Amino acid sequence: MSYSLAKVDQIIDGYGADKEALVQILLDIQHEFRWLSREILLHTADRLGLPMNQLYNVTTFYKHFSLVPQGRHAVSVCVGTACHVRGATQLLNRVSQGLKLSPDETSADEKFSLKTVSCLGCCALGPVMVVDGKYMSNPTANEITEIAEECE
Amino acid sequence: MMARLTSVSALEVLIKDILSRRDPQKTKVSVCSGTGCRAYDSEKVIDSLKAQLLHDGLNEKVEVVTTGCHGFCELGPVMVIYPDHTSYFKIKTEDVGDIISETLAQGKLVDRLLYVDQEGNVQAKEDDIPFYKYQNRVVFGNNQLIDPENIEDYLALDGYQALATCLGSLSPEEVLEIVKKANLRGRGGGGFPAGQKWEATRNAPGDVKYVIVNADEGDPGAYMDRSILEGNPHSVLEGMLIGAYAIGAHKGFIYIRQEYPLAVEHLNRAIEQMLELGLLGENILGTGFNFEISVHRGAGAFVSGESSALMSSIEGKVGEPRPKYIRTSISGVHGCPSDLNNVETWANVPVIINKGVDWFTSIGTEGSKGTKIFSLVGKVNNTGLVEVPMGMSLQDIIFKIGGGIPNGKKFKAVQTGGPSGGVIPEEMLDLPVDFDALDKVGSMMGSGGMIVMDEDTCMVDVAKYFLEFLADESCGKCVPCREGITQMLHILKMVCAGEGQPGDLELLEEVAAMTKDCSLCALGQSAPNPVLSSLRYFHAEYEAHVNEKCCPAHVCKDLITYHIDPAKCKGCGKCLRNCPVNAISGEKKEPHDIDLEKCTKCDTCFLVCPPKFRAVTKLSGNETLPVSDV
Repeated sequence: MSYSLAKVDQIIDGYGADKEALVQILLDIQHEFRWLSREILLHTADRLGLPMNQLYNVTTFYKHFSLVPQGRHAVSVCVGTACHVRGATQLLNRVSQGLKLSPDETSADEKFSLKTVSCLGCCALGPVMVVDGKYMSNPTANEITEIAEECE
Repeated sequence: MMARLTSVSALEVLIKDILSRRDPQKTKVSVCSGTGCRAYDSEKVIDSLKAQLLHDGLNEKVEVVTTGCHGFCELGPVMVIYPDHTSYFKIKTEDVGDIISETLAQGKLVDRLLYVDQEGNVQAKEDDIPFYKYQNRVVFGNNQLIDPENIEDYLALDGYQALATCLGSLSPEEVLEIVKKANLRGRGGGGFPAGQKWEATRNAPGDVKYVIVNADEGDPGAYMDRSILEGNPHSVLEGMLIGAYAIGAHKGFIYIRQEYPLAVEHLNRAIEQMLELGLLGENILGTGFNFEISVHRGAGAFVSGESSALMSSIEGKVGEPRPKYIRTSISGVHGCPSDLNNVETWANVPVIINKGVDWFTSIGTEGSKGTKIFSLVGKVNNTGLVEVPMGMSLQDIIFKIGGGIPNGKKFKAVQTGGPSGGVIPEEMLDLPVDFDALDKVGSMMGSGGMIVMDEDTCMVDVAKYFLEFLADESCGKCVPCREGITQMLHILKMVCAGEGQPGDLELLEEVAAMTKDCSLCALGQSAPNPVLSSLRYFHAEYEAHVNEKCCPAHVCKDLITYHIDPAKCKGCGKCLRNCPVNAISGEKKEPHDIDLEKCTKCDTCFLVCPPKFRAVTKLSGNETLPVSDV
């Protein structure tokens, strides 16, 4: 097993195995493993005494949850309104082209996941790309390729 | 660990003690570490400052405070040095040495870090800088004086005095009366009077009642709530406690986006400190009032900011709205009466109690009292968070505080209210920011996003942008919203792709009217606003897209082509080297050319072409390159 159900149990117990804390529990699990595997969801459903369909309902409704593995490097392009009027669409196209990924995709080697986000609150830098927490203001196609090559 | 306070007078004693330990004349350096400034590496500046002060033996004489957002994000990292209020901007770690040796040691200014306005005037003091001068920072002003992780900083600025006044000497009814008289209206967008909501919850049948802070700030382009929570979490918590006391609630929820990790961290830290001091829990300040708070992180759903959806989400379910024949103030979380107010609304409450109704109502307009925080962003020189008295004109906000439009471009429109609001054209810039005035012109106050657009912004594209956002965020529960938004978006996509047909715009208006009238919740009811308002004020631009297949602002990708003006191109080769698809050819020092077959319109050539040449041009419709003599 590549992940530990013991860790999942620890998270669930931290909330007293409270059904109402389902979203909070899943957020913590997702934070720990970067995605939610079927095995983990089944285990969580079992522990909380909830039907599996409720877990799928919640995990597909809220954007933050991922039911597929995420890449080692998180690349986000802000598509908030301020970034949009300053050229976020063009930036997203360049990033997509550079990483050969569409938004919400993960590369086959699980190196990158590309996401769009709505407003990071650093509108003065817009349009913004964030790679593993590092902010970049409107990088050109070449800069994007360089950054991609720097990542392991 | 601080001792638990068992009475109102014990709080007074503690505050006196804190103040006695503080010297107002001591040099204090406040450095912004809000999300914007962090993106500019403000944390490195702070570390370096602390290390060098320690090295120079000045760490006892100079206090460094790491604070939340100061507001002037454009020029981050931002620093203010007290007691002189000297403001420095765009600070890098290399500047720290000079700040210490010149300013902190000798009281001299470091000229290169000072603010210079567009006319070239240098302003050293914060209050003289136009960006700050015209603001009235009632809620936001304390951010720069407070380390959000230190409750003593909040207490030193009258923190929890309002709570002590309420619990110690006012009845719940009296508190309610004050908030009603102040006519505090909901800062989350709707503008519903908070006092009325409180009263409805208070009077609703049931023993268990809840109060909720709505920090699910979803408007893509607004970040004031986050900055309040990150920078001054206690102001929101104090407001919430006062509301709970007036309503008769003993439990509260804070619903906050998980995308705001720093705000969650500061909130949790603040709650711990309140518990320690006995400002939360059983028998608060010995007055017999009990209150507990639980923080609930949202997992990313715009619609969950709607009151009934948010409450369903708190119960661990999918955050979908329900029809509100019965209001959430009567039946909310677990079917109990629940009062929900926005972050900024709560943060106004302690100020109203401390300074009084007369003071509060002296600010603002007839129907909109107090101040409002906006995130002034987009094509504006001074990007940042601004707090202005209600009634200030859009013109003053954008040009006096915002410093106008960058790069000599022309102002086109300002968008308020985010995906639920609308665009306001230049002719209406005299309009005051006021709940009712903005409603009247087809926009709305909204939560506070204020996006400035210049001549290079395509209004059809902006309308399409908001619909794309809403189509993604519509929960799909009701047909009018789900289908209405999808169909409007479909039409706009065709229009932007040059496939618009005569009659499309009329159809768009028809679908918009249906969506507005028939949707279940405010998301759908207000979704047509960006479309309808831009159709109303920028009809010609829509027509150009449909009839001439022309995007006058050169934004819609399918309607534009990239060209190099041979008269302007000096053959520097920058675009050629940067083009990711090798679509550009040309000899050195000779005008270059773009192969339109290969060009993917990625905009890179346009970005990298040196401003002194500006040789890359976008053309749309029947436009041609200017004829030149070359």
